[in-house]
Amino acid sequence: MINLKINNISVTVEQDTTILQAAKKLNIRIPTLCYHEDLCVAGNCRVCVVEQVGNKNLPASCCTPVTQGMEILTNSRKVRNARKTIIKLLLSEHDADCTKCYKNGNCELQDLAKEYCTEETEFYIDLLKDKNFTIDMASPSIIKDDSKCIKCQRCVKTCAEIQGVSALTAAFKGADMKISTFFEKSISEGVCTTCGQCINRCPTGALTEKRYINEVWAAIDDPTKHVVVQTAPATRIALGEELGYEPGERVTGKMVTALKQLGFDSVLDTDFAADLTIMEEGTELLTRLKKALVDKDPTVALPMTTSCSPGWIKFCEHAFPEFLPNISTCKSPQQMFGPLSKTYYAENKNINPKGIVSVSIMPCTAKKFESDRPEMIDSGYKDVDYVLTTRELALMIKQAGIDFLKLEDSKYDPLMGVSTGAGAIFGATGGVMEAALRTAYEIATGREVPFENINIMPVRGMDGVKEAKVLFENCLPDWSFLNGVELSVVIAHGLANARQVLQSVKDGKANYHFIEIMACPGGCLGGGGQPIPTSPEIRQKRANATYEEDMNMPIRKSHDNPEIKQIYKDYLEKPLGHKSHHLLHTKYLKRKKY
Amino acid sequence: MAKSLKKIDIIFIPDSECPYKVLENSIKKNKEDIIQNLIDSGLRGRGGAGFPTGLKWKFGAKAKGDEKYIICNADEGEPGTFKDRKILSEVPRKVFSGMGICAYVTGATKGFVYLRREYKYMVPALEKEIKIFNKKAIELGLNFNIEIFLGSGAYVCGEETALIESMEGKRGEPRNKPPFPIQNGYLGKPTIVNNVETFVSSMMVCKMGAQKYSKLGTQDQHGSKLFSISGDTPKPGVYELELGLNVADFVEEFGDGDTKAVQVGGVAGFCIPRKKFAEQIIGQGPTTGGATMLFNSSRSMYHVLQNYLEFFVEESCGQCTPCRVGTQQLLKGIEAVKNGNKAPAYLDELVKLSETMKISSKCGLGQSVANSFASIVENFREEMIY
Repeated sequence: MINLKINNISVTVEQDTTILQAAKKLNIRIPTLCYHEDLCVAGNCRVCVVEQVGNKNLPASCCTPVTQGMEILTNSRKVRNARKTIIKLLLSEHDADCTKCYKNGNCELQDLAKEYCTEETEFYIDLLKDKNFTIDMASPSIIKDDSKCIKCQRCVKTCAEIQGVSALTAAFKGADMKISTFFEKSISEGVCTTCGQCINRCPTGALTEKRYINEVWAAIDDPTKHVVVQTAPATRIALGEELGYEPGERVTGKMVTALKQLGFDSVLDTDFAADLTIMEEGTELLTRLKKALVDKDPTVALPMTTSCSPGWIKFCEHAFPEFLPNISTCKSPQQMFGPLSKTYYAENKNINPKGIVSVSIMPCTAKKFESDRPEMIDSGYKDVDYVLTTRELALMIKQAGIDFLKLEDSKYDPLMGVSTGAGAIFGATGGVMEAALRTAYEIATGREVPFENINIMPVRGMDGVKEAKVLFENCLPDWSFLNGVELSVVIAHGLANARQVLQSVKDGKANYHFIEIMACPGGCLGGGGQPIPTSPEIRQKRANATYEEDMNMPIRKSHDNPEIKQIYKDYLEKPLGHKSHHLLHTKYLKRKKY
Repeated sequence: MAKSLKKIDIIFIPDSECPYKVLENSIKKNKEDIIQNLIDSGLRGRGGAGFPTGLKWKFGAKAKGDEKYIICNADEGEPGTFKDRKILSEVPRKVFSGMGICAYVTGATKGFVYLRREYKYMVPALEKEIKIFNKKAIELGLNFNIEIFLGSGAYVCGEETALIESMEGKRGEPRNKPPFPIQNGYLGKPTIVNNVETFVSSMMVCKMGAQKYSKLGTQDQHGSKLFSISGDTPKPGVYELELGLNVADFVEEFGDGDTKAVQVGGVAGFCIPRKKFAEQIIGQGPTTGGATMLFNSSRSMYHVLQNYLEFFVEESCGQCTPCRVGTQQLLKGIEAVKNGNKAPAYLDELVKLSETMKISSKCGLGQSVANSFASIVENFREEMIY
């Protein structure tokens, strides 16, 4: 143990603790910019410098381990002057026209500028004037504005460490140093998976999602349009954070009320489509297993992987094209909902699909890219017209002057608005796996999954890679080939973990039947469209809320959803049927490696 | 020659003296004795930072690792220094011999010469010498061999951790310290990085003995040092001088009779104006890499400083704020004062900024900008304004 003093208060901490962590223990806040709980320490921005008695230089507290007898001052004159100077330097290369910035009011640099009263002193020379900055708007998901970038490299580390993608990197040196891409191409042209994790960690407005708020308002205001909205599972457990609630607060009912007040003609649920995904994907898994085990068909691709996360899909298309046959052909819930809103829903409501505008509220920026994929027009129209992030929805609610905290709860509209606990847990890592197992096991055996309260605990939690096994016994006659089969599954979230799992499968080191992959850490609840900030603690709270949502649902298995039964009876006939094949399944394409 | 200048001939006495004999004798000695001898000699690193060499080797010997590396830093990038080039061209065996002794003492099995890209022309000759050394090492039963690693031309890669990053194929950016390379260096293994001249001097200490070596120089800094002398001088070149020389004497010897300023330690060092020549002793106070530039009265110190700052603006790696943005602000700042867009008092703001850079930058590059900046602005203020 190490004893030290911070601001003359004694504290004892473990070896290898940083000064920043030790200060936190004493509830002393040291400002940071490049530091992020999810990432390796950078030590770049130098905002967190502190004074160490006896050292003429100021160590950066985020990257300096404590030593025995160390005396630290976090608020000396020397420290305050240095911090203020450093913040002023950052502002001199930053487009500080805050009122023209989407992140106005949610910017770590802005907060520090305010805290250190940079307005009181002479500003340094504006360095932006002599530089040519481009704003990269070409991606359907991500806007990269270099004039706001402070080169903290959080995005670079996020893309490399959490996602293992490295679409962003530091380029050039000195005054020309910038965060760039392969050959300085647009972010839309490279290996960027559009997951938006970089956005979640950008301290300024340099990386933001592409907004479609104005387009959605225009559709709502257009009396000739019928605007339907779907809300993803992970939006309801995080939206509150943007509107005055602590992380982990479920606001499902209030969100539905708000959407109705915004003027959407019908407020429906992606969770319904999640249940539908389970029906299709569960059946697909059992069918693939049958082909492999009974028909001994060598062409069947196992292990099968999930297909709900468009960031994961694009990653696989770039990095592991040999695994494309393994990905379930099921579209994601968003893209199942889209075509159904313009076919099944339109027919039932007797509305011309031409006049339907399908909007989705997603925790995700990759969903924007996904809805723009050219093949996503199976209804004969663009299946999903606009995708808004949780953050954009919060902004619309604010624009509409809705006092969110005081709203009454409402229920989703019928027809594609009823869902189950299985749909709800799609928002957490392991959730799709759990929902699929609840249904597949019951289809095959006629019994509920053998876990207390059907909570499949081994697939839950925040470990990067989770393995589990489920033994099938006493199966129904149609599925007797599964008797004695121990279904081996694995769950990975964060693409660096996904890479690890795929590589082990590729190298023949691991054998699985079914793999769930979510591009974002924690699953969709940690998605690139979720409220900022994000941290392991915040994601855990959102996960807890997700499982609460499940426990509170009267129906907790997808195949028990009455609207699911109805849609198969009235419209789709059966999972993997002809109509399903046309509307709910898709193909993938190989993309280049760089 | 002026009285405080003592030319000396240790480093360049010809190779015929067979430095590998020193290596051969050294590896028969007790390792602790070699380290103690180095510590007693008072030898400090000759790259500029001046860390006690014996201590570094001692840490290297103590460090735990299944593999250890030795890197000879020949990324001689400090403007105004060209001594390592001469060493590697004329007495490479002494360098390798020093590396070999270091390997014996620390248990390192692999050595690299991190050679500045601009010195690529030396590669064939060096390869030949390295081949001879590697053969010699086998003969002597020393499990150690050397190879060349070519840099790519970034000044910051002279900083040891940036150098290591670049060797690992990464962007040449300094690491956070601690951990130091001695614990966690190349490929995460204990790594001893020394300047070219340091290896030669270490070897000479082994040969001469600490007592004899430490008699040279001052109480503060012992031994002799190579000086790369350039600028307004009739006799530019590399000179080996005993440490403890008076700048006035130095100017008398090497100046052109009209010297108004001497830059000691390259652009990262200090600028000494004429009025302070008499009181400044090289070998007391800050250590130096040996780059010494003389300026006569025809030179504009504003242009000198502008040139330095342009260099820093380009050569900052760009990762930390004080260095990346600070260097740009200093350059734009003196230009603004010169052309009247900022009041002369803005220079005081800039000196304060440079002081903040000195205490808050991540590595020696940003930390040393203030040395030349403050010493030029303070001593030649009127040249900055008018």
